[in-house]
Amino acid sequence: MTGYAPSLSPVFLIDLALLTMLMLVAIAMLRSRHLFAVVMLSGIYSLLSAAFFVSLDAVDVAFTEAAVGAGISTVLMLGGMLLTARREKPKRPGRAPVALAAVIVVGAALFYATIDMPAFGDASAPANADVGQQYVERTASEIPMPNIVTAVLASYRGFDTMGETMVIFTAGVAVMLLLGAGSARGGRDVSDVENKDEEA
Amino acid sequence: MDHLILRVTSKLLFAPIILFALYVQFHGDYGPGGGFQAGVIFAVAFILHAFCFGLEETRKVLPQKALTIAMVIGFLLYSGTGLVTMLLGANFLDYDALVPNSTHHAGQHYGIIIVELGVGTAVAATMLTIFYHFTGREPDIDQEDW
Repeated sequence: MTGYAPSLSPVFLIDLALLTMLMLVAIAMLRSRHLFAVVMLSGIYSLLSAAFFVSLDAVDVAFTEAAVGAGISTVLMLGGMLLTARREKPKRPGRAPVALAAVIVVGAALFYATIDMPAFGDASAPANADVGQQYVERTASEIPMPNIVTAVLASYRGFDTMGETMVIFTAGVAVMLLLGAGSARGGRDVSDVENKDEEA
Repeated sequence: MDHLILRVTSKLLFAPIILFALYVQFHGDYGPGGGFQAGVIFAVAFILHAFCFGLEETRKVLPQKALTIAMVIGFLLYSGTGLVTMLLGANFLDYDALVPNSTHHAGQHYGIIIVELGVGTAVAATMLTIFYHFTGREPDIDQEDW
């Protein structure tokens, strides 16, 4: 935060509004016991984060967040919700003071850590100075491609992206193995609930 | 499944969504986008179809068997590109080996396009697989159950 004086510029106001809304949505998600509302709010949360990424000029990340976070995650969580109850069980009292203390301590530590963080857009910040600068300088000559993000993702860090694809593949296989019985062949009579009264 | 407006709208939207997915897939070199986003958008088109026509209809259009094969093909496209570059005598995923002696790194372009296609195929197939398995498990819920 050193050397960063917030002024009332339009960008600052947009960032402030987006972050405030993010916080409000997060609080609403915590307070709601209605799982359908929570799923919808998490979609809104992702959409707001995507808008915030756009304001940070990270359009590729924003695109992914909008497509994956706000789009398909919401759908998959709705699908998961259909397999369980519509409402969250009321929380059990007792552990709250310990959890609150832990959250406050960790939160304070995180706030303390932000003091050491370089200012946004600082040219000498580690993220911009070392390897990032190399990517920006070399992409034009080594991988003549307008979108540096794609060059980094698919070529400089192609091995990482292969790992990510492997992770997605593994997730699909795991879901098939866990939920596959019956449903893959079109059967719809598989039920997770052993006694129906507990669900109601 | 008697929602006429939803069905007509989804029919109108289906082709543009697929087209947009292909645009995001193959325009990733020039603008924001790439295999991950394109795969998700592609899957969303079929999820919309499933919402409006029922999962059974979507399963007829795109059976799970095809998705399982597409998942494997997507990943093999990626790792296979790496193996090909190794067989051509370069490092794993060093795309320059695909078009040797190119003055403008054409190999990088080919390699990235193939690899992104692999990512897109794998992601689209996996997302639809997860969707099929989650929603295909329980009977349709009643309207008043919401």
